[in-house]
Amino acid sequence: MTATINAREYPTEPLKCWEQAKNLRKNYYEDYLHAHEKGGLRWAGGAWSFSGIPAGLGEDVYCITGEPYGATVAFFKDFAAKCHDATEAAGFPRTLCAYMRNYWGSILLDKYILTDGAIVDGYPPPDFIWQDHICCSHGKWYQLVKWLEKKRGKEVPMYCVDVSVGYPSDSSPLEDYKVNYIVEQLNDGIEWLEKVTGRKYNDALLCEAVWNEIKATSLWAEICALNQAVPAPLDEKTMYSLYVMGTLMKHRPECVAFYETLRDEVKDRIKRGVAAVSTERFRVITDTQPPWGFLKIFREMEKYGAVSVGSLYTFGLIGMWQYQPDGTWIPKPTPPKKPQTRDEALQTIVRWTLHKPEWAHFYEPELKTKMMESIVKQWRVNAVLLHYNRGCEGLSVHIAENRFGLIQAGVPVFPFEGNMGDERDFDFAGTLARLTAFFESMGLKRLKE
Amino acid sequence: MITAGVDVGAKFAKVVILKDGQVVARAKALVGFDVLKSANDVFETALKDAGLSRGDIQRVVATGMGRNAVLQKPPINADEAVSEVIADAAGACQVVPAVKTVIDVGAEEGRGIKVEGGKVRDFVINERCAAGAGTFVEAMARALEVKVEDMGPLSLKSMNTIPMNAQCCVFAESEVVSLIHSKVSKEDIAKAIHDAIAGRISSMVLRVGVEKDVVLIGGVALNPGFLPPLEKELHTSIIVPEFPEFVSALGAAVIAANPAR
Repeated sequence: MTATINAREYPTEPLKCWEQAKNLRKNYYEDYLHAHEKGGLRWAGGAWSFSGIPAGLGEDVYCITGEPYGATVAFFKDFAAKCHDATEAAGFPRTLCAYMRNYWGSILLDKYILTDGAIVDGYPPPDFIWQDHICCSHGKWYQLVKWLEKKRGKEVPMYCVDVSVGYPSDSSPLEDYKVNYIVEQLNDGIEWLEKVTGRKYNDALLCEAVWNEIKATSLWAEICALNQAVPAPLDEKTMYSLYVMGTLMKHRPECVAFYETLRDEVKDRIKRGVAAVSTERFRVITDTQPPWGFLKIFREMEKYGAVSVGSLYTFGLIGMWQYQPDGTWIPKPTPPKKPQTRDEALQTIVRWTLHKPEWAHFYEPELKTKMMESIVKQWRVNAVLLHYNRGCEGLSVHIAENRFGLIQAGVPVFPFEGNMGDERDFDFAGTLARLTAFFESMGLKRLKE
Repeated sequence: MITAGVDVGAKFAKVVILKDGQVVARAKALVGFDVLKSANDVFETALKDAGLSRGDIQRVVATGMGRNAVLQKPPINADEAVSEVIADAAGACQVVPAVKTVIDVGAEEGRGIKVEGGKVRDFVINERCAAGAGTFVEAMARALEVKVEDMGPLSLKSMNTIPMNAQCCVFAESEVVSLIHSKVSKEDIAKAIHDAIAGRISSMVLRVGVEKDVVLIGGVALNPGFLPPLEKELHTSIIVPEFPEFVSALGAAVIAANPAR
């Protein structure tokens, strides 16, 4: 504790749609668990998979996306520790993706965790795996799931879409052959889905799902853009519970409806000057996934009047953006009309998805630095907190270059080491001590409580 | 104005008393299990040396990892606590006004601080392992069965370079034991240990950039074996001020004298 000061206070209030968000997430995991009881299908895959494609199999098809499930496990540290023990006992090294290890651990323990921390006996195996491959872990993750399920006596068919065709930018626009490469895989994938499920594919449902995904991911960007307001109507700790809907069910109408409700509420908060953090006086952004078991670090930041207004991760993991000619970053406008045929739907969703900001830095660190600089300027950010996330090679790659880029641009940067999903790699006390030093170096003092 | 800076570090508590900008007392003592008592004892020693009482001190600022133990707690009753980074920068600027880079190597932590006009511009602190800090030298001294204060002079006798690759204090000790069994001389091993620390500290400091004047502070700055390899690694000359282990406490005392900074 340092000397304390008084600070101006903004009005604040809880989000009205908070319960709706909680219930959506709760129902999502329960729907997956109980899908078979309702005659439905279960599938597993990553949050970035083309989730609208399996939607063409029917309205009773439920998925579980791996990364959010891994994060849910991480939040419940006791269960996460058991998952780590199980994966390590099975011979997997602790340097692998922490979400992946949490997920595998859950299968190995044969236990499934719900959003309230309730642990259900019997991990529910998927009927098929529908995945994409962008980072070094994505494809292998589910290859191992397939193997683990086989050891439990369940043959799970798997389909993986290669999306590593590069990122469209000013210097390299999106060429047709890249789009067609992925569209062809998705066309083959639809035939594969019909074969492994025995269901007839419904193109109308596909078009609807694709349109939902486009609307949801543009809406989320719109909500994030509203956070440019001072005071910020949302803080990042809260945003984690909101962006997650886009990682779970971006293709579903509930997701679109929720984001429309949220957007309207955020607009209303701005109109009334309602802040997420009443003492906001220093705005930061973070980077990559946070250490999920230690979100209290955000509350510690608030003791200095520092509020995280988002991150490229929170904005761009699901949200879709584009640059304006003047260099500003805006929510990507939706295409002029909803697709009407299978080919239109696939072309549209592939072109849309390949602009995903969080895919950019798999190719060039400068692209990420440029986007972070845009956020710093447009969101009126004072400093950037970079998480050297030992749990995610994919999103941590190039962070050191990003740090240099930001510093060269005159942005104060606080790097810290941690792990999104394995608490053994995060030193809370040490990080807090360093963060305190950083805030003091920025001229901040602890506020009176 | 009379102010005091109290640096409650991982191993030693240090106190500096300033009167109108001049140091009138310095004292240090080992920090025991009772951190508050250790700090109080050394504070009393400093007061006694200066011929002052607590009532004569107008402001006290605490720093170091144990700083909160003395914040608003009698008898020290520190008025404010600041992080080591802020105190290091203030103290280094006091002793070397042209300083741009501060390197503080203490018992448990190493820090690199980029300073401009007395303000911290960027900093880096070692993560997790103490393999780049003073405790490492102590542990290795035990392995070599020499006094810790002899480690530096011993290393300066070596003309050889033996690489030590372990990035962890514990594994580095295993490596030292292997060297002992390989009949490598104590001088060469001592130099290898200092080279290894210098390598770790320099790679950390390079992250914030090195610009002259470069000042080395903290208890490890007293070790003559550490400076040459560090200067070699950083390709620059480094200033070690008098009483380098007191610079952080001095910075706290300077901050205490400038409450409206």
